[in-house]
Amino acid sequence: MYLNYSPIIIYTILAIIMVVVPLFIQSLISPKHNKGGSKLTSYECGEVPEGSAWVKFNVRFYVIALIFIIFDVEVVFMFPWAVVFQELGLLAFVEMLIFLLILLVGFAYVWVKGDLGWVKMKMKYAHGRYSKLSIKEEV
Amino acid sequence: MTSIVKSIIASFQAFPIDPFLLAVLAILIPGVIIFLIMAVNALIAVYFERKVSAFMQDRLGPMEVGLFGFKGGKKFWGGIGQTFADAIKLLSKEDIIPQDADKFLMIMAPFIIFTGAFLTFVGLPMSDSLVISNFNIGIFYIIAMSSVGVIGIILAGWSSNNKWSLYGAMRAAAQMISYEIPIALSLILVVLVSGHLDIHGIVQWQADNRWFILHSPFASLGFVIYFISVVAETNRTPFDIPEAESELVAGWMTEYSGFRWALFFLSEYANMLIVAFVASIVFLGGWLSPFQLIDLPFIDIFPESWLVLDGTVFGIFWLFIKAVILIFCMMWFRWTFPRLRVDQLMYVCWKIFIPFALANVILVSIWELIF
Repeated sequence: MYLNYSPIIIYTILAIIMVVVPLFIQSLISPKHNKGGSKLTSYECGEVPEGSAWVKFNVRFYVIALIFIIFDVEVVFMFPWAVVFQELGLLAFVEMLIFLLILLVGFAYVWVKGDLGWVKMKMKYAHGRYSKLSIKEEV
Repeated sequence: MTSIVKSIIASFQAFPIDPFLLAVLAILIPGVIIFLIMAVNALIAVYFERKVSAFMQDRLGPMEVGLFGFKGGKKFWGGIGQTFADAIKLLSKEDIIPQDADKFLMIMAPFIIFTGAFLTFVGLPMSDSLVISNFNIGIFYIIAMSSVGVIGIILAGWSSNNKWSLYGAMRAAAQMISYEIPIALSLILVVLVSGHLDIHGIVQWQADNRWFILHSPFASLGFVIYFISVVAETNRTPFDIPEAESELVAGWMTEYSGFRWALFFLSEYANMLIVAFVASIVFLGGWLSPFQLIDLPFIDIFPESWLVLDGTVFGIFWLFIKAVILIFCMMWFRWTFPRLRVDQLMYVCWKIFIPFALANVILVSIWELIF
């Protein structure tokens, strides 16, 4: 048993060593005299960087992450079911169907709400010359 | 059913070595071999990709840098030393960390990405009983470990303090976590049918019955969903919006240089190898020889001697052949399909692949109940 799972711990240490050794070799043979100037500034296509990059980000990514967690947990629950499916037969199938249906209600809700669509252009938010555009609400 | 670690321990049992030390050594030696496989894979795959791309576009690709005076010129093996020269160049580059960056996180990111790719190989067999440890949760372990890299990508993008990096990292994270669900749902199919989570059991089931891709029409559909999803999971064209050169410079890798950047590349090509391996093991019979397929009752042209081609040594050959064909398909995709937009990418995942993959699981279980 310990022979089966101990490689994971040993290989975590080994992976760190495998990264450190080439980086050490690099520090030996690479040029050290940094000429300074704007070499250490963030790259922004040659312009002087405008403000920090640590900005607020679109909430859509968090919604996707939340839906992902729900589905990922569901998949984790499905693995033990899949292993014993051949032995249990119809009973296991019906039970998983009920489980999936409950989950699919949530999925359908998210779909209808339009959170799965990436481009959400609601006309009430549009102003200026875009307010007269007629774009389908959900792509 | 043995593993490499156990066979090394068994073969050194005769020598008077401390058993604990022996166990640690037996675990370390395959680890070094795996690192070598990753490094050689990156060197060969980069060269292979450049040459395949070049020949698909009627160019020549790298053709100047030879190896030990072996210079092919305009042939496919011309410029075979190019990637070695590139590796040495990357190793001798100046190590730059921008002054505005979060230095600790920026240094940590390559470690996490590399460790994730490296640890996946622990449960990944190269052939029959050629695996470091045959977990009883094999396929589940591989899914779990191959998704560790996302954390490293978010760290790399956030800590760089660069807008391109942040956009690239957010897109990469959203894309990779989304496409994990169709991947896991397609891998469930084989568990459902064979009743095994460990990889050796899965391949044994395929040896006893048939390759999983030929098991039912829904299994073939599962392979299609799996393969397209892993192309997206490894951030390759046509799903490479996280590092779309024409809009995001280099995505989340923009601020990295030298060997830290090379580590990303190493892990990326290692991930390509991993997903090709998993696809061949789960769907294409793993280390079984394809001649088993032709052994049908009505075509009796192939004698029993073809079965000799199975076994540990030939298993390595077959598994690598299948993996290389799949990797070639990924490179072929790159020069065939145009890049998707972000919204199209999310549309394909959430509104096509996930419903189809869920329906697939139900259909396969109905198929299993009926037949």
